[in-house]
Amino acid sequence: MSVQTPVEPAAAGPTRATAAPVQKAPKDRRAGIGRVVAWATLVLIMLVTLFPFYWMLRTALSNGTQLATDPSSPLPVGFTFGAFERVLGLSTTAEAQAQGGSGAAIDFWLYLLNSLLVATLITAGQVFFGAMAAYAFARLRWPGRDLVFFVFLTALMVPPIFTQLPNFLLMRDLGLLNTYAAIVLPFFFMTPFAVFFLRQFFLGIPREVEEAAVLDGAGTVRRFFRVIAPMASGPLITLAILQYIQAWNEYFWPLLVASDRSVRVLTVGLGVFRSQTPQGTPDWAGLMAATLLAALPIVVLFAVFSRRIVDSIGFSGIK
Amino acid sequence: MTAGTTSPPRTAPAPARAPRRSGEGLAAVGFIAPALLGFAVFYFWPTLRGLWFSLTEYDFFSRPRFVGLDNYARMASDETFWNAMKVTVQYVAINIVVQTVLAVLIAVLLQRVTRSVFVRSVVVLPFLISNVVVALLFYWMLDAQIGIVNAAITGLGLDAIPFFGEQDWVVPTIALVNVWRHMGYTALLVFAGLMTIPEGLYEAGRVDGASEWRMFWSITLPLLRPVLALVLVITVTGSFQVFDTVAVTTSGGPGDASRVIQYYIFDLAFQRLEFGYAAAVSVVLFAILAVVAFVQLRLTRANESDLA
Repeated sequence: MSVQTPVEPAAAGPTRATAAPVQKAPKDRRAGIGRVVAWATLVLIMLVTLFPFYWMLRTALSNGTQLATDPSSPLPVGFTFGAFERVLGLSTTAEAQAQGGSGAAIDFWLYLLNSLLVATLITAGQVFFGAMAAYAFARLRWPGRDLVFFVFLTALMVPPIFTQLPNFLLMRDLGLLNTYAAIVLPFFFMTPFAVFFLRQFFLGIPREVEEAAVLDGAGTVRRFFRVIAPMASGPLITLAILQYIQAWNEYFWPLLVASDRSVRVLTVGLGVFRSQTPQGTPDWAGLMAATLLAALPIVVLFAVFSRRIVDSIGFSGIK
Repeated sequence: MTAGTTSPPRTAPAPARAPRRSGEGLAAVGFIAPALLGFAVFYFWPTLRGLWFSLTEYDFFSRPRFVGLDNYARMASDETFWNAMKVTVQYVAINIVVQTVLAVLIAVLLQRVTRSVFVRSVVVLPFLISNVVVALLFYWMLDAQIGIVNAAITGLGLDAIPFFGEQDWVVPTIALVNVWRHMGYTALLVFAGLMTIPEGLYEAGRVDGASEWRMFWSITLPLLRPVLALVLVITVTGSFQVFDTVAVTTSGGPGDASRVIQYYIFDLAFQRLEFGYAAAVSVVLFAILAVVAFVQLRLTRANESDLA
């Protein structure tokens, strides 16, 4: 659509970086009150954004049984790493219970491993097959191409819940319930978004690049793997990060098809952990330690790739 | 990942035999075969099947029994359904209005005050955390007895608020929790739109002595309209499908006060084993989302197609 061009090649980090600074710091005009208010608002927004993260950490470092004695203390109450030890299964049942834990094993490591496995498989499949399909849609000529692409795009409109109910039955009929395959398969071969995202980038690569390879007698497969895919490594990585985050955070689908302990992913595990103490006070310190640990891989990913992620979000919305 | 660059196309069937340029059609089949398979099995077929199930009575165990439009007729007089509709619309209204206003505010600040990547990273941080974590975090912070928010409220001499425990509070609470998670993300989408507005317009406005306020209303907002409409399609259709937060915090309660439509579908299918009826309700949700998207796209006159 109209806004496409300027944001075009996915995550055009460098391009934009060179364009932006020119108009940066617009000559401090009327530095007065307006600017102060604007900055104050921005700082306030950042505080509202960050405070819950701090509170999560503060609670996780508290002693569960003492937490209620000083609910508004800005620092951890009865500072201890006990909650983390509890979650990671490093403390004995007696120790855990003394600090307000249920004593029940959380199997954090198992869930973590499951989440890693599932998110990695989903991402790898999606990016690989998505890239292949995007290549066919962007750079190969074949009859019916635009029609097929349009049909693909309409899948973007179907609300997941609508396909998830029948997909659940499909998994049941295939005998795949409570297997990794059930969690992974529906996302493995394609998501409309992945195809769309990469096609957009492939379209931008000039024809001549491939012409040379054609003259050397390279077929489509060779051209795709040797020429196009390497040129697109930036967008491929961007897409991989975005899809990894999404796969990692998915809750509904794994809850439906794989709630069994052995294949339970972290999001589902946290939900179970929360409901383990329906009456009485939940083990808040333990719960916050677990949520913090569950969020950690994504936060680390973000710390490494923040610029790429931040830039690609602008692209992903403007379709 | 880039693993694809070195490994051979494992599943790509026979046509990968590298036909020269004339055989592109054949090669194309090989390239889209996996995606097409995924599409057919996990999107297309379930869509048809879902429509069929919505016309049946099905409890997972016995065979589906065709009942025509009975499920749809039943919906008309199903109070829980209408309540779920009402609750969902309330949720969407609060969520979208607050989120859009805040997102535009943040986006404009990001553009006019600072373009620092660090600031942008901070505001988008909540979006990276899963719904489940966010729900648990706020469930704790908003706890009626020892949550920090109520500690602050009672500290001011006011009465504690049972955020998740009372009919009138629960939907706005869930809506605002999700605003917290999504506003930064939405702000970045709007921000990307803002970056397409030529700086020259602001220069001109400044020469004419227009205030920042004035420029926002006369330049930014009108030029932002198409982007904003598009962002709205994404966020509205997304927020109609709220589930995770409800499932983790209230399970639809108290009473039916937070039983949003998607939770109701889940409830029908997996707790009450009324699969056919659940499918029918999801058809209605589908229809609503389609209409919303259609109307909004129409309003933006987004008639240029994405097809090359």
